[in-house]
Amino acid sequence: MRASLEGEKQQTDQSMDGGLMQMQRRLAEYRNALFKEGILDSQYLQLQELQDESNPDFVVEVVSLFFTDSEKLLNDLSRDLAQQNVDFKRVDAHVHQLKGSSSSIGAEKVKNACIVFRNFCQEKNIPGCLRCLQQIKQEFLLVKSKLETLFKLEQQVVAAGGSIPTVQQPIL
Amino acid sequence: MDRDDVVSWQRRTHDVDAFDSLHPSDTEEAHVLAVDDSLVDRKVIERLLRISSFRVTTVESGSRALQFLGLDEDKSSGHFDESSALREIPVVIMSSEKVLARIDRCLEEGAEEFIVKPVKLSDVKRLKAYMRRDSRESNKSETGNRANANRKLREEEEEEEDNNYDESDLSASSPSPPACSVSSSPPSTSSSCSSFPSSAAALAAMDERRL
Repeated sequence: MRASLEGEKQQTDQSMDGGLMQMQRRLAEYRNALFKEGILDSQYLQLQELQDESNPDFVVEVVSLFFTDSEKLLNDLSRDLAQQNVDFKRVDAHVHQLKGSSSSIGAEKVKNACIVFRNFCQEKNIPGCLRCLQQIKQEFLLVKSKLETLFKLEQQVVAAGGSIPTVQQPIL
Repeated sequence: MDRDDVVSWQRRTHDVDAFDSLHPSDTEEAHVLAVDDSLVDRKVIERLLRISSFRVTTVESGSRALQFLGLDEDKSSGHFDESSALREIPVVIMSSEKVLARIDRCLEEGAEEFIVKPVKLSDVKRLKAYMRRDSRESNKSETGNRANANRKLREEEEEEEDNNYDESDLSASSPSPPACSVSSSPPSTSSSCSSFPSSAAALAAMDERRL
């Protein structure tokens, strides 16, 4: 990632202001799209409000925690559902955790997929649960990839000497 | 809260490392003990509280919380001291589950408030106002800032309680599964309520819409 940042920086140095403005516009468009598509919700904005000079990497830190936490939970869920006698209380507890953490960072689609999952769980519907798990995994990979791109775009802006606006209301 | 009780409580637990930070003279900031089994949520709540000028300790479970408070069942004679000043600590429950019966029960059991997750800055700000009002009232009967400085607000993850009681204990009917619609839990509804009776009413309205 560092190598590509350097590359981008060289590009910027050549056309400083125009390059930076373009990057900031691209960043803003990318962010807005995430909200418009329902991948992120207002809780993500709340996280940004908690970031400041004293905690400049707060959002990345929390989101990174969410990534590792979720990966573990998704593995647990796969394992839970592969058991001969599925322990639905256990499954539910794991989904509940995932629902909670995704909601805490504003990963709306993941959260919603968890809600659907819990219904199947309550019905003790294993095929339904497995389908839902696939859905959750997909949504998780999507939000992970989108956020990683978002962070990269933010890094580029900062590296080019720009700043990321602390709170940006999404244009919906 | 009697001033002497606070002093004697501190003395009793002085050997516990956790309490060394609770010197009344050090700071006017209230100290919050936040309990949550989710690492992500612990990080968020810690930041929410710190940015709102609270001192924060986070723990991952109810038993860790009791340990922190010096209420280890091993250390005591096997039962809790009912007259302990710790009873005065306000407890706020936070949960992503908006089950009315459970919320009612939390409030009946003595929780000051029930916050629906995800927790926002406005929720924490509301708690601050509530605490200030509360400590002003207690200061009327006591002089000095000691009560104010030692006031702790403990936020407890409601899931902790789930592990300890049966659904069948609740007198109300069993909770129905949450709605799948995207708009089922707009945080703004609950966070705009300033006192818990109205938030209970708002949550009831949300449940009714779902039916």
